[in-house]
Amino acid sequence: MSSENEIILDIKGLKIDGFTGEQWLPIVKGVDLQLNKGEVLGLIGESGAGKSTIGAAAMGFSRDGTRVSGGTINFMGTELTTASEGQKRKLWGAKIAYVAQSAAASFNPAHKIIDQHTEAPIHHNLFSKSDSESDAVDLYNRLKLPDPDQIGFRYPHQVSGGQLQRAMTAMAMSCRPDLIIFDEPTTALDVTTQIEVLASIRDIVDQFGTAAIYITHDLAVVAQMADKIKVLLKGEEVEEAPTEKMMKSPKEEYTKSLWAVRSHQRDQKTRPENSDAFLSINSIDASYSNGPKVLDAVSFDIYKGTTVAVVGESGSGKSTAARCITGLLPPSTGKILLDGKELPPNYRDRSKDQLRQTQMIYQMADTALNPKVKVKEIIGRPAEFYEGFTGKDLDNRVDELLELIEMDPGEYRDRLPPELSGGQKQRIGIARALAANPSFIICDEITSALDQLVAEGILKLLDRLQNELDLTYMFITHDLATVRAIADEVVVMQNGKVVEQGPKTEMFTPPHHPYTDLLLSSIVEMDPNWLTTVIEKREGISS
Amino acid sequence: MSIHEIVLALSLVGFFGYALVSKKRDFVWISSIGILLTLWLKFLGWTGTLQFFGILIEVIIVSAILSYLYRSFLILVLPEKLSKEVSTAPLTAAFGLLMITIYAFVGIFGPALAPYGEAEVIADAFAFRNEEMLLGADQIGRDFFSRLIYGTRNTVGLALAATLAAFLVGTIGGLLAATQGGRLDQIMGRIADVIMSIPSLIFALLLLSILGPKWWVLIIAVGIIYAPRVFRLTRAVAGNIVVMDYIEAAKLRGEKNSYLIRKEILPNVTAPLVAEFGLEFCFVFLLIAGLSFLGLGLQPPTADWGSMVRENATLITYQDSTPLIPAAAIALLTISVNFVVDWVLFRSSGLKE
Repeated sequence: MSSENEIILDIKGLKIDGFTGEQWLPIVKGVDLQLNKGEVLGLIGESGAGKSTIGAAAMGFSRDGTRVSGGTINFMGTELTTASEGQKRKLWGAKIAYVAQSAAASFNPAHKIIDQHTEAPIHHNLFSKSDSESDAVDLYNRLKLPDPDQIGFRYPHQVSGGQLQRAMTAMAMSCRPDLIIFDEPTTALDVTTQIEVLASIRDIVDQFGTAAIYITHDLAVVAQMADKIKVLLKGEEVEEAPTEKMMKSPKEEYTKSLWAVRSHQRDQKTRPENSDAFLSINSIDASYSNGPKVLDAVSFDIYKGTTVAVVGESGSGKSTAARCITGLLPPSTGKILLDGKELPPNYRDRSKDQLRQTQMIYQMADTALNPKVKVKEIIGRPAEFYEGFTGKDLDNRVDELLELIEMDPGEYRDRLPPELSGGQKQRIGIARALAANPSFIICDEITSALDQLVAEGILKLLDRLQNELDLTYMFITHDLATVRAIADEVVVMQNGKVVEQGPKTEMFTPPHHPYTDLLLSSIVEMDPNWLTTVIEKREGISS
Repeated sequence: MSIHEIVLALSLVGFFGYALVSKKRDFVWISSIGILLTLWLKFLGWTGTLQFFGILIEVIIVSAILSYLYRSFLILVLPEKLSKEVSTAPLTAAFGLLMITIYAFVGIFGPALAPYGEAEVIADAFAFRNEEMLLGADQIGRDFFSRLIYGTRNTVGLALAATLAAFLVGTIGGLLAATQGGRLDQIMGRIADVIMSIPSLIFALLLLSILGPKWWVLIIAVGIIYAPRVFRLTRAVAGNIVVMDYIEAAKLRGEKNSYLIRKEILPNVTAPLVAEFGLEFCFVFLLIAGLSFLGLGLQPPTADWGSMVRENATLITYQDSTPLIPAAAIALLTISVNFVVDWVLFRSSGLKE
C-alpha cells in the first residue's frame, strides 16, 4: 500500500523464553521480521505458536514469565531489547499502540470512553484535552461509529462489543502512532459485527499510513487485512510472502494444511421419508426470571441420525433453546417431545433414562471438566451412574471410550484436565457424553474456542461417531463454515425467533430470508478482495 | 570485640559484597547505610546494641540452616507426591513447618517432657532460676518451664478444637448456601451478618459469664464467633464453582446434592479453606489467649499461656522478662502458621501449576 520503503521495525533472530515454573523453555526460536512504513503484516499460527508473544515483543514488552533471550528489536532507530523502561514508556502509546482481543476487558469500566481516549495524548504532551476530544470525535466519525459526537461520553458497558472494539482502535490512533499491534481484535465478535470492525480498521490504517502487525488465527481475516503474511509454527517461522502470493501458492506443507481446513465438507444426509421427528420442539416460549422473552414460539424438528445446526448471533436465543431441551430452563409454554413422548419441562422431574438420552458438550472445555478430577473418573462416572458399571468392567468401559475418541488409555487415564491440551479436553467432553450411551447430543459451540486444525479433527471425530453409534446432533454455532462442513439441516435464529429452516443445500442457495442473507454474506472468504467487494455492495444497497 | 559483633561485621560486609557483585543498587545502599551506622554506634560505644543485632543475625542464620535441613529431611522422608510439594516451599514456610512440628511434639508428649507436674508446688512464690527450675517458679511456686510445656497442649489444643468447630459449621453452611441458594442462602447470610456485627470479645465475654468459664463453652463461643467468616469464604469460593459447566453437567446427569458437594465442589475449595484454616487458627488462638488473660479462659490450675502472662505480670516491674515467654510462644506459633499459610495460598492461587 505504501510506496516509501522506510523500515520502521526490524526484528532479527528474536528468541523469547517462557518460565514454566521449573525452567525456562523457548517460546520463540529465532524469528526475523521487517516492517516498512504503512505496511500491514499478518501473523498467523495456532495457539502456542508464539504470535502474541512476538506482538508484545515488537513493543519491547515482555509479558510476565517471559524474557527475551536473544536477537534484536529495532524500532525507528531505538533498540528495544536494551532500552530502559523510561525510554520505552515514551514510545508506548505515542509511537506504538496496542489493540487487545477483548475490548470489554481492556477498557476501564469506571471511566468514560473519551476520557480513556485522551489519556495518552495528554500524558505524552501531544494534544490538549479539548483538541484530543475533538480529534476523538473525528476518529469515531472515520470509524463509522454511530452518534460519533456523543458515543465517547458513554461508559464502556453502555456500548456494544463491536463498537467498543472500534473505540479501542480509535484510542490506539489517538497519538497517531507509527505502529499498531492488533492482537486478534475480532475473534470475540459475531460474524456480522466482525465485518464492520475489519473494514473500519483497514480504512483507518490506510488513511493514516500506519504500519500494523495483525495477529490472528483466522486465515480468511488476515487475507483481507494484510499486505504480507507470516506463518508461524511452534515459535518458528514457516514462511512469509505477500498476501496474494501466499493465498494462491503456499510453499510449505503446514501452510497448505491450514489452507485445506476450510474445504472439509461432508455429504448431506437426507431426511428420512415418512418417519416421525426424533426430537420435536413445539412453539416454546422462554424467558429468564420474568424478563423479556428470549425464545418466541420456537419450533423445529430433529430427525434420527442427522445433524441440525442452529445458527445465529450471540443473543439470538440458540443456547437458550438448548437449555430448554436439557430442562435447565423450563419453557413457559410449548412442548418438547423426545421420541414421541413429552419431556417434563424441568430436568429435576425427568427420569434417569430421559436424562441419559440427551447429553451435552460444552463450548469451554476448561470449565466443562472438573480440574481436580481424573479423566477416568470424569468419563467413568456417567457409565457407573447410568449403566451400573463397577470395578474391572468400569475400567474396561473407560478404556473403550478413550479409544473411541482416539486417545491412548494407558497415557491419559490418570491425567487431570489441566494436563491436557484444548483439543484433548474437548475430546474428553465428548467421551463423557458418550459414556451415558445417549441417542441425542447437543454440541454448544464446541469448536469455536479451538484452533482450526484441532477443530477439524473434532468435527471429523463427531462425524465418525455419528455413523458408528447412530447419534443425532444439535449443533449450536455462529460459524457458518462449520455449518457448511457438518450440518444436514439448518435452523437460523434471530432475536429469539426462528427465521428460516430447512436442509443445508437449500440454505446455501438463494432466495433467503434477509437475515440469512446478511449472515451468509458475512462469512469471511479467502479471496483478499472479498472485503472490498462486500463493503461496496452493501454501501451500494444502502445509498 | 565480642563474637556477636564479629558476626554482625562479617554479615554486613558479606551483604555489601553480594550487592556489588549482583549489581542490586538498592541492596548496595542498604548495606552501606548499615555499615556506616554500625561504625558510628561502635564509635559511640553502644556495644550492647551491636551485640543485640549480632545475636539477631545469628538467630536468623541458625533458623535458616535448621529450616533448610528440616526441608531436606521432609523431602527424604515423605512419599513422592508430598515431597514434591514440600520441595517448592520457601525457607520461611520450612521454618513454619519446623516450628509447628516442634509445637505438636511438645503438645503431644508434654507430660513426658515436663520435669514437674502441672499443678505441683515445688518452691517459694517467684523463686529464682536454678538447675532444677530452668525458668524459675510462678506466683505460687510451680515450675514455670513445666507449666509452659503443659500450656502448649492446653492452649493450642483448645484453639485447634475451637477452629475446627468454626470450620465444621462454616463450611457445611457455606456449601449448602452456595448449592441450594434461594431462601436458605438468605437466612444463613443474615444470621452470619448478625453474628459478625457483634464485637467478638464482648460476645465471648457475655457467653462465658452467662454459662461460666468452662472449656466447652469456650469452644462453642469461639466457634460461633468465627463460623460466619468461614461461611462467607466458603460460600464465595463455592459460588464460583457452582456456576461451572461441569456442575451443570453433573446436575443434568441427575446427581444428588451430596454428590455434587463431595465430589465436584469440595476438591476445588480445599486449598483456600486450608489457607483460611491457618489464618483463622491464629485469630482464634489470640482470642483465647486474650480471654485467658482476662481470667475467663481455662481455669486454674490448668496451665495456659494467656493466664500465665497475667498471673506473673508483676515480674515485669522487676525487670524480669520471664512472663513474656508464653507471649513469645504465642507470637512464634502465629508467625509460623502464617508463613505456612502464605506458601499454601501462593500454591493454590494458581500462579504455579
